[in-house]
Amino acid sequence: MSGRAQRVLGVVVAAAALCVLAGVYVTSLSRSPQAAARSADLTLQTVGALGPKYDHPSWVSYLVRDRGGEWLHSTNLEVPANSLVRVTIHQYDSATGLRNPFFARPQGTVGNVIQVDGKTVDVIDPTLTSHTFAIPQLGVFVPLPGVADNAPNQCDAAPCTSAQAHRTITFTFRTGRAGRYRWQCFVPCAAGFLTGFGGPMQGFGYMDGYLNVV
Amino acid sequence: MRLSRDFARVLVIWVVASAIATPVVAIFLTPDLPPGIATDDAAGQQVDNEVLTAVATPVVLLIVIFLAYVLIVFRQQGSAIEEGPRVYGHAGAQTVWIVASTAIVLGLFAFGTFRLLEAGAAGGGQGPSPLSPLHAVGGESVLPVQVIGQQWQFTYRYPTYDGLQTPHLVLPVGRPVELHVTSLDVVHSFWAYGLGVKADANPGVDNVAYVKPSRVGTFDVRCAELCGIWHGYMFDTGRVVGERSFEAWIKDQQRIFAPVQKYLPPYSDTYLPAPQGRAG
Repeated sequence: MSGRAQRVLGVVVAAAALCVLAGVYVTSLSRSPQAAARSADLTLQTVGALGPKYDHPSWVSYLVRDRGGEWLHSTNLEVPANSLVRVTIHQYDSATGLRNPFFARPQGTVGNVIQVDGKTVDVIDPTLTSHTFAIPQLGVFVPLPGVADNAPNQCDAAPCTSAQAHRTITFTFRTGRAGRYRWQCFVPCAAGFLTGFGGPMQGFGYMDGYLNVV
Repeated sequence: MRLSRDFARVLVIWVVASAIATPVVAIFLTPDLPPGIATDDAAGQQVDNEVLTAVATPVVLLIVIFLAYVLIVFRQQGSAIEEGPRVYGHAGAQTVWIVASTAIVLGLFAFGTFRLLEAGAAGGGQGPSPLSPLHAVGGESVLPVQVIGQQWQFTYRYPTYDGLQTPHLVLPVGRPVELHVTSLDVVHSFWAYGLGVKADANPGVDNVAYVKPSRVGTFDVRCAELCGIWHGYMFDTGRVVGERSFEAWIKDQQRIFAPVQKYLPPYSDTYLPAPQGRAG
């Protein structure tokens, strides 16, 4: 190979290498901020009885914390699409027990595990389950253990405070495309209703709702 | 004489139209009728729908042609309002009408009865029966799968795989499946539309239905019984896969759900969970 040909080949190889490096750099630039932006936090609490401030004082319910830190009696939740959602649930209710023990296994969360009071678990005792947070269309099923019956300083009206007896459950899950997905509790937790499935289990806005992925 | 000529015209038009339309409907339209051909049972139901549609075609044509002929030929001429000619009964026409209607209905009754009882019929969730098809199939390994309805999700147990429970319904292609359908709370209805299977899910009852998937693919599962606020969302998608894929899927599910296995009740035809805690 002549010297001129070697120089041309060298320039071509160097140019190709530069192009590859530039491509990798641009790709990483375009991905990193997006990945960082595509995450969200969702904070909920469950209470055994809403209390006198609400329409059905004796009904069990979920509440959601808004961006200002206020607790809202709403089960319409909103999270970004194609993102990692970090969920924290402060669980103030006592145990009822699952009708189908199968739902004691966390599913659809990252690693199929949850953290209960800081401890990572892949299953909980179904008889000690108080509620579940399940989004069946996304394959997410999370059991929530109950507060011990004899725990001191139990909460009897929403919104409950961190000083009151509670369990803290955290987990993460990934959302896909935008859409509206229902979520629900699988524990028959409606006190005073036949087999626990009436009232707040059949009325929108208490133990079920929509997860709006936007 | 006029009526006889009109009758002959209608008859000729109807015969010609039926001779053309019935084969066209049978050949080109009915292959797209529901529920498809994903299983032998679904294909059988499609054949039933094809027969019904083909038989109904000449009947519908007779009504439409007669109505159109009357509207065109006997319409009021001019603006004068006149009484039409008096109408008399016609014993022959009535006899033909009654005999033909009876023959069609009895024929379809016999056809439907035969289709329900013949070997290979799907059964209607009525439970094991000497007439049910899979008892007549010798040498084939039947896969039992339990369908458990609960507000508002179906879960599935595979008793021959240590009672594995999973939220997904996956079936192996070409293998007879015995579905045991039950419920943990209210009345649901398991409807695997594409498989041609539908059976009520009643608490404390084991409803049995049979299916044999004949091709790989997906199928929709819906609840077909109004069962509460989220009834409309009680659906999922099942899969029919090859035998090796099925075995691999089972192993994967056993791994995923191993932690909860010790908490599951022993496999049973039905489950009657006692109301616990505050419930009840």
